[in-house]
Amino acid sequence: MAENKNINKKEDLILFLSDTDEREGLLGKKNRKLLADPFTDNNPITVQVLGICSALAITVQLKPAIVMSIAVMAVMAFSNMIISMLRNLIPSRIRIIVQLVVVAALVILVDQILRAYAYDVSKELSVFVGLIITNCIVMGRLEAFALGNGVYKSFLDGIGNAAGYAFILILVAFFRELLGAGKLLGMEVIPQSFYDAGYVNNGLMLLSPMALITVGIIIWIQRSRNRTLIEQN
Amino acid sequence: MDRNSNAYTFLFVVLLIAVVASALALTATALQPEQAENVKNEKMQNILGTVGIEVARDSAQIPFDKYIVERIALDSKGQERNDVDAFTVDLKKELKKDVEEQAFPLYVADIEGAKYYIVPLRGKGLWDAIWGYIALKDDVNTIKGAVFDHKAETPGLGAEITQTWFRKRFDDEKIFDDAGNFIGVSVAKGYQGGDNKDDNAIDAISGATITGDGVTDMISERLINYLPYFKNNTNVKVASN
Repeated sequence: MAENKNINKKEDLILFLSDTDEREGLLGKKNRKLLADPFTDNNPITVQVLGICSALAITVQLKPAIVMSIAVMAVMAFSNMIISMLRNLIPSRIRIIVQLVVVAALVILVDQILRAYAYDVSKELSVFVGLIITNCIVMGRLEAFALGNGVYKSFLDGIGNAAGYAFILILVAFFRELLGAGKLLGMEVIPQSFYDAGYVNNGLMLLSPMALITVGIIIWIQRSRNRTLIEQN
Repeated sequence: MDRNSNAYTFLFVVLLIAVVASALALTATALQPEQAENVKNEKMQNILGTVGIEVARDSAQIPFDKYIVERIALDSKGQERNDVDAFTVDLKKELKKDVEEQAFPLYVADIEGAKYYIVPLRGKGLWDAIWGYIALKDDVNTIKGAVFDHKAETPGLGAEITQTWFRKRFDDEKIFDDAGNFIGVSVAKGYQGGDNKDDNAIDAISGATITGDGVTDMISERLINYLPYFKNNTNVKVASN
């Protein structure tokens, strides 16, 4: 009995770290994999094809894409942590609703704080902050990872997936702003001599379909480099 | 307690809602003064922007008090109303009322002896509201400058109405035609007029036709309400139509 009590106590102490974390160290091999995988072979956009909706909406210019990435990262890391903390308390029948409430609350918090202390950024993002709630990646990671893993691992998973999402978002925004408007972060980068020689900005790049096509090209390049990602049937 | 029982589920939901609701209410209340301050400063910054005074948002108060010499709320007949402060008029709410009951805010700026009339605008873009301010020179015909903003227009397309290059196209445009009829300024698709400032039109943004039409409508629909006042209070001949 006494021994049993000790074990329980130890478990309480390491609420934030599962046993494996302890053995591996904070950034052990497995934990590093949680952070790095979403960048490459398990990218939320190009491999899992989640979060496409916001990838279309905010990749017209680089700046909103970057700010959106940071906001998504904050929301994902914290919602993953909170759900992971509550994972043994949440009644399984209403777990999706609970996840939604937590995500929505965090998004509103982010929005309110931006409005008070970073007013220009909040204007820049306008409705897209609210749309983080509907970002499939957030719900997807809560359901697939946070409900079954420890708090620290869930935090890493949130950061990792948000970074993978951010990477694609910024890449797409880079090409769309460059080819569509001849600018990067709002500054003219294509020299006037190009325009004088007959170069024209491609207005089509600014429209949503070109985001899909750009993501498609990234998926094509990724799969031709790593053939294991290609579905067999 | 059984995690799958109804009682547990209800209890969990009630607790969750109580915690989330109080956390959000607390944050919203705590941050409200800062947010209101930002909105107020931005309004002053925008008003000053129409008359060519560009200031940082946080330091808009002092130049605003210096240059904006009068703020008047008008009724639909062009009479001054004393029951409302022009600065606090919320056009979003005002536009829902009947025209007879609306208050029309008007700011008068005096910059080194030159007098300007600044009219707040509000209308509809493609996705949501657009708004702005337009300043007229003391002939009540030539535009001194305009500032636009929007809630949810498409970045790179409709959202470009906030950009300086678009705003600058309004400078020195006329709102009346040569015969003295009120026209406003139309944001014209396929505009061929170049630098012509007397044709009551400016070049639109490609890919943002509906937002541009919204700007056109907002200018004419709002300004027309100020014509009675301009007719009575300025020595400029304003044809009524």
